[in-house]
Amino acid sequence: MTAAIRCVGLRHSFGDHVAVDDVDLEIPAGGAFGLLGPNGAGKTTTIRMITTLLPVRTGTIEVFGIDVSRRRMAVRRLIGYVPQQLSADAALTGRENVALFARLFDVPRKIRTERVDSALDAVGLLDVAGRPAGGYSGGMIRRLELAQALVSSPRLLILDEPTIGLDPVARSSVWERIEQIRAETGMSVLVTTHYMDEAEQYCDQIALMHRGSIRALGSPAELKDQLGPDSTLDDVFRAVTGDQLEQVGGGMRDVRTTRRTARRLG
Amino acid sequence: MSVQLVEQPAAWVRFPARVGAMCLVELQKIRRDRSELITRAIQPALWLLIFGETFTRLRAIPTGSTPYLDYMAPGILAQSALFISIFYGILIIWERDAGVLAKLLVTPTPRAALVASKAFAAGIRALVQAVMVLILAALLGVSMTANPVKLLAMAVALVLGSAFFCCLSIVIAGLVMSRERMMGIGQAITMPLFFGSNALYPVSLMPGWLKTLSHVNPLSYEVDALRGLLIATPANLGLDFAVLVVAAVASISLASALLGRLTR
Repeated sequence: MTAAIRCVGLRHSFGDHVAVDDVDLEIPAGGAFGLLGPNGAGKTTTIRMITTLLPVRTGTIEVFGIDVSRRRMAVRRLIGYVPQQLSADAALTGRENVALFARLFDVPRKIRTERVDSALDAVGLLDVAGRPAGGYSGGMIRRLELAQALVSSPRLLILDEPTIGLDPVARSSVWERIEQIRAETGMSVLVTTHYMDEAEQYCDQIALMHRGSIRALGSPAELKDQLGPDSTLDDVFRAVTGDQLEQVGGGMRDVRTTRRTARRLG
Repeated sequence: MSVQLVEQPAAWVRFPARVGAMCLVELQKIRRDRSELITRAIQPALWLLIFGETFTRLRAIPTGSTPYLDYMAPGILAQSALFISIFYGILIIWERDAGVLAKLLVTPTPRAALVASKAFAAGIRALVQAVMVLILAALLGVSMTANPVKLLAMAVALVLGSAFFCCLSIVIAGLVMSRERMMGIGQAITMPLFFGSNALYPVSLMPGWLKTLSHVNPLSYEVDALRGLLIATPANLGLDFAVLVVAAVASISLASALLGRLTR
């Protein structure tokens, strides 16, 4: 079976700073894969290369067997992307927000309305689709963004910190929708998160990144077993990142983005 | 929900479809928040009411047999479009910060189509604003053409001019990368572009250096076309439209090349 994502020898630098360093990664189709790590670990840079936002200078990435460097447009048709920031347009209604992405993904006019409603229904927003997104709660906006990503029926859903800043109820609600859609469609999911409980509960496999490279890879149970009895995923995270965590931190941009998103969510 | 992949249409269908989609979004936003149209109409109204009325009485600017208010109205039309479009760079930086730009760039939309979409969306906004300015000018007694072909040509000139200034703004945004710097530069270049054009006075009255500036300023060609079409003053419409088309295409190309910088 073709892997959803295959990265070989992936490396990316910003000036002298090596953000991603010789990453080899294979994400099976149909699964939920969690990419974990502290701020500045290289998760977002890896995701930006997979989503074609950054050029792949060293190494290769294939999405369902398609080379990201050579066939960017074909890869984009397979991807649904939810960025970390709250990116729904507050001035548009929920339906207009989703319809825009249906048009950008060339969903034919005759099935567009049906597809938009189906995406909104899948995230539980059909009843409020006519309201401006500016009046939605943080959890509803996240679900709306999920609908935007789903309206093109992608084979791979990429979520960058999808539940950051959400209250526990909204977090569960977002994940329940993701799980439900994954079960119905067999869609592959790649997610970055700081919440170990979410990674443990919802991801089939996890890769822990630190300083640009992958330090641990396996199912949550395997990773915990490797560390010893009664270990938690938090323990694995600490063991991998060590006491260097405070020093490496994330860039100012990471921190600003996270704070801005959290602030907008109240 | 089931996975149903959509066939990719031909590029010649995709490009206008993307531009159309973004223009539709702009119209939806305008429809929902009409207060912006009113607040944006204040400045052109003040120019026409205060500057226009006063200078018509002063007769300080020689405009031949054309009343000064009539002469000035197309200039204010172009100015209101310039003021709308020159700040699209700030919008694109905001969209970068909010993750919107990254999300749009992950759709199967070529960068040139994305920039052209923004450019024509600015044009749509400028057109809606132009209707307000034209109504005001008519109320003040400016004698304007009612010829639909000329009005359509005016709309084309306004959209092309707005597209150029919107892309100029995106180019600057791609270079300066921050909202604060973009705001400062936007304010710094708007007035020189306006005063360095024929919007308020004939080029023949300008000193030599300003004449040169005016000749390389696309706003001058936009105003010349609008003036020729709206109040039938002598205009070189062929040259005006050629300059506006070339400027719009060149600026869309340059802005597309710089768009990627904003997402890195």
